[in-house]
Amino acid sequence: MTFINYAAREINCKIVYYGPGLCGKTTNLQYIYDRTNPSAKGKLISLATETDRTLFFDFLPLDLGTVKGFKTRFHLYTVPGQVFYDASRKLILKGVDGVVFVADSQEARMEANAESIRNLDKNLQEQGYEIAVIPYVLQFNKRDLPTSVPSDQMYRALNIKGEPTFEATATTGVGVFDTLKAVARQVLMELKKK
Amino acid sequence: MATPDLVLYDEEFTRIKDALSRLRQDANANVVFLVDKNGQQIAAIGDLTTLDTTSLASLTAGNVAATDGLARLIGEKEFSILFHEGEKDNIHISIVAQRVILVVIFDERSSLGLVRLRVRRATAELDKIFEDITAKVEREKQSLDVEMESPFSEITDDDIDRLFSE
Repeated sequence: MTFINYAAREINCKIVYYGPGLCGKTTNLQYIYDRTNPSAKGKLISLATETDRTLFFDFLPLDLGTVKGFKTRFHLYTVPGQVFYDASRKLILKGVDGVVFVADSQEARMEANAESIRNLDKNLQEQGYEIAVIPYVLQFNKRDLPTSVPSDQMYRALNIKGEPTFEATATTGVGVFDTLKAVARQVLMELKKK
Repeated sequence: MATPDLVLYDEEFTRIKDALSRLRQDANANVVFLVDKNGQQIAAIGDLTTLDTTSLASLTAGNVAATDGLARLIGEKEFSILFHEGEKDNIHISIVAQRVILVVIFDERSSLGLVRLRVRRATAELDKIFEDITAKVEREKQSLDVEMESPFSEITDDDIDRLFSE
């Protein structure tokens, strides 16, 4: 649900990073936070456990600049990936404008990726969204690991609608901004249709 | 889509700010602000210099969402009022017009009773404003003349590339 404030000339959009546990959602946000000009970002908030696993969400507000005279503010959220945090994941999807699915490229995590996409699909439907319609980008993370599955094989297994897909290594930042840009593009292009 | 986009025009924005200002004064509060349930700040009034309102908005919405989840688990529709008591400052959170969250931050110069009383009055006023906003957005959607054409109808790829050019 985009929030357009004509009075303050601002557009606010919500983007959610989804994916199985330990796939690198928080690492994506951390990299964006580290590489963004201080004037363009707010505080990175992490509601995490003592062992740094996301408990509720991470939150990063970004000001990207202006489009047609409107300040564009993106609110980036991650969900907790672990299966048993489903209630929290549902809450965070509320009012989402775009989703980035971060898939873990390691062979051993292929089933977890597929399960997490099914979970995303179900939770979006519960909120009244359709994965086929909502702005959506797929990221294959951890491409630097020797156990990573070939991209085309991952694409066949995880692609839903021919969505933009990026190879990434979030720890070094490869593909992180490309992914963000692709989802932001889709979200802003949605505004055009309204 | 699940919830329609929230669109705010100058007129209603001013009315909201007026209502919040009045509430702040009447309740003797430090800060009063409105957040939508998705965590986006709508308006804020008061001493905001030392306050990170963006984070506050997001965490408030997360808090309300989690509390809603708790409510449903015990068979309640929602908990419409939340109150957090600190050593010096307190936060009073309530739901307005089913979709926005009213937050009042106050210290010992006020009291929970006063805040609750004033919040109730302000809520009625804010309910009306949000009713008007919904009606206005509906009207504009229905009127087919393109007088109020969206400024975003001409967004180009270049506009978006420019956002990421730094």
